[in-house]
Amino acid sequence: MRRYVLSRCGQAFPVLFGVTLITFLLTHVALGDPVRVMMGQRADPEVVARIRAEYGLDKPLWHRYALYMGKLLVGDLGYSYRQGRPVSETLAERLPATVRLAVAAMVVAVVLGMAAGIVAAIRHNTGVDLLMMTLSLLGISTPVFWLGMMLILLFAVSLGWFPISGYGDGAFGHLVLPALTLGALQAGYIARMTRSALLEVLRQEYVRTARAKGLKERVVILKHGLRNGVLPILTLVGISLGDLLVGAPLTETVFAWPGLGRLLVAAVGNRDLPVVLGATLLFALIYLGANLVVDLAYALVDPRVRLAE
Amino acid sequence: MRNGSLLTIQDLQTHFFTGEGVVRAVDGVTLSVRPGETLGLVGESGCGKTVTALSILRLIPNPPGRIVGGTICFEGRDLLRLPEEEMRSIRGCAISMIFQEPMTSLNPVFTVGEQVAEGIRHHQKVSRREAWDRAVEVLRRVKIPDPARRAYEYPHQLSGGLRQRVMIAMALALGPRLLIADEPTTALDVTIQAQIVDLLMGLQEEMQMAVILITHDLGVIAETADRVVVMYAGRVVEEASAEQLFETPLHPYTQGLLESLPKLETGKRHRRLTAIPGLIPNLLDLPTGCKFAPRCPKVIGDCWPTEPELREIRPGHWARCILA
Repeated sequence: MRRYVLSRCGQAFPVLFGVTLITFLLTHVALGDPVRVMMGQRADPEVVARIRAEYGLDKPLWHRYALYMGKLLVGDLGYSYRQGRPVSETLAERLPATVRLAVAAMVVAVVLGMAAGIVAAIRHNTGVDLLMMTLSLLGISTPVFWLGMMLILLFAVSLGWFPISGYGDGAFGHLVLPALTLGALQAGYIARMTRSALLEVLRQEYVRTARAKGLKERVVILKHGLRNGVLPILTLVGISLGDLLVGAPLTETVFAWPGLGRLLVAAVGNRDLPVVLGATLLFALIYLGANLVVDLAYALVDPRVRLAE
Repeated sequence: MRNGSLLTIQDLQTHFFTGEGVVRAVDGVTLSVRPGETLGLVGESGCGKTVTALSILRLIPNPPGRIVGGTICFEGRDLLRLPEEEMRSIRGCAISMIFQEPMTSLNPVFTVGEQVAEGIRHHQKVSRREAWDRAVEVLRRVKIPDPARRAYEYPHQLSGGLRQRVMIAMALALGPRLLIADEPTTALDVTIQAQIVDLLMGLQEEMQMAVILITHDLGVIAETADRVVVMYAGRVVEEASAEQLFETPLHPYTQGLLESLPKLETGKRHRRLTAIPGLIPNLLDLPTGCKFAPRCPKVIGDCWPTEPELREIRPGHWARCILA
């Protein structure tokens, strides 16, 4: 097991290297000249040239990449152009809010999604099934920013149950609407996957054996059924985490949530290249970590995976 | 129908409602099992043996299946009228069942010890520890070597024969009065088959339980059964003691089944096996008269218009054939 974890961590390095290369190229080519954005089009060419030299932007692209990687290897993410302080500091400051939102959204997605999926599977081919699957389709197809605004209109503006936006120093009430918004999409996917996985498992002969033992239907479905059906759901949860991070910038913007996503959106707007790079790298790292955890969870759930290694 | 029986099935009707029409998988089956006896239930695939067995435990998948008529009396109670909760307390306890395929019938993600202990814990409300100890004891009883260690293993770590022993352990853990064994040896190697049959019969004697042995293997029936019920197209076509059935089979279908068995006879080593001509009938489109008529070598004109009744031809020997 330990060898497996180590080899998986080893595989992460080439992936992270690729992420830095692609992000570096894209940001430097596509986002344009950060100094021009900062100083405006009519700035004194001499001043522009001086600032550019100061940031090392006058050097060829490969040279700049080499410099960046050199620093990155010793854990230096560089300085933010905008804030004039280390990128790592900025990221560390924003990370907790994003993690909080992502975890809350994941809980929403797993709880709502699996509950809807289980109900739909048990009431297979009935009105309840149809209702659950329609809701899940809505969850999947509704754009995040639109759903966020509708939830604000209904629950914050009209009903006044939750605050409209902001972090509220970590108050629980502030977390509810953003988590619902961000979790809705994944809840839809998880509901559909749970339903089909459970329907497949409930056809298996060992489920009949469990019933023949005289077990309660609840035990048959939740223990014998779900334990076997949970594998594809786990995979989906791993992939979902990536989508939660991608969805975070929109949700964080709608709800003025001080997380990494909003930082990233602002940094792209400001052409704050070191922050863009740093945040992207951090997203990639979280994504890789989450998938490793999912793979290890596989081994916990299924003894056949454990022994195959 | 007969007194002193443990289980009496009267006119059981189990139908499957499919898109193409109603499949009468079991259509008017009547049979009974006495305490401690072994009843062989024989017939080709699809004749309704398994559906009859699953009907007893009310495990017919619904939809599409439903028990639409008849009674199943077990120890004086009609199982078909029991509330679900009472039925659950009978399943795995007073009546238990073992299935054909031990690989797919065991849950791959739980240890075999847990799968045996689970039923004990559920029915007798004992602690986890005690249920586990008793599970190990049952595994020892079905002659699994080193049961204390094997209990921690998963189904895929065991051989086919050991898996079927686990299935038997699971079924016998609570000392049932009736065991339904649905083709318990079909998926196993021939050498293992004999061991499993011997084990089952030994345990039956020890525990004084009745067994319904479902099989298409007449060899196993000849070795083990006290009485035999032959099914065809969802009906009972013949019922007799094992000796009567093998000595003087009355229904042409039973005769066909016996003739299709390989025999070891000196001097006739190369006798060809006889097969029953034709195919298993389509249950959606059965003939109105005798259901076996289209395949019967002795068919006469009177076989077609109406279906013959199951008649007692000799004491204890029943057949559904006008020629018997």
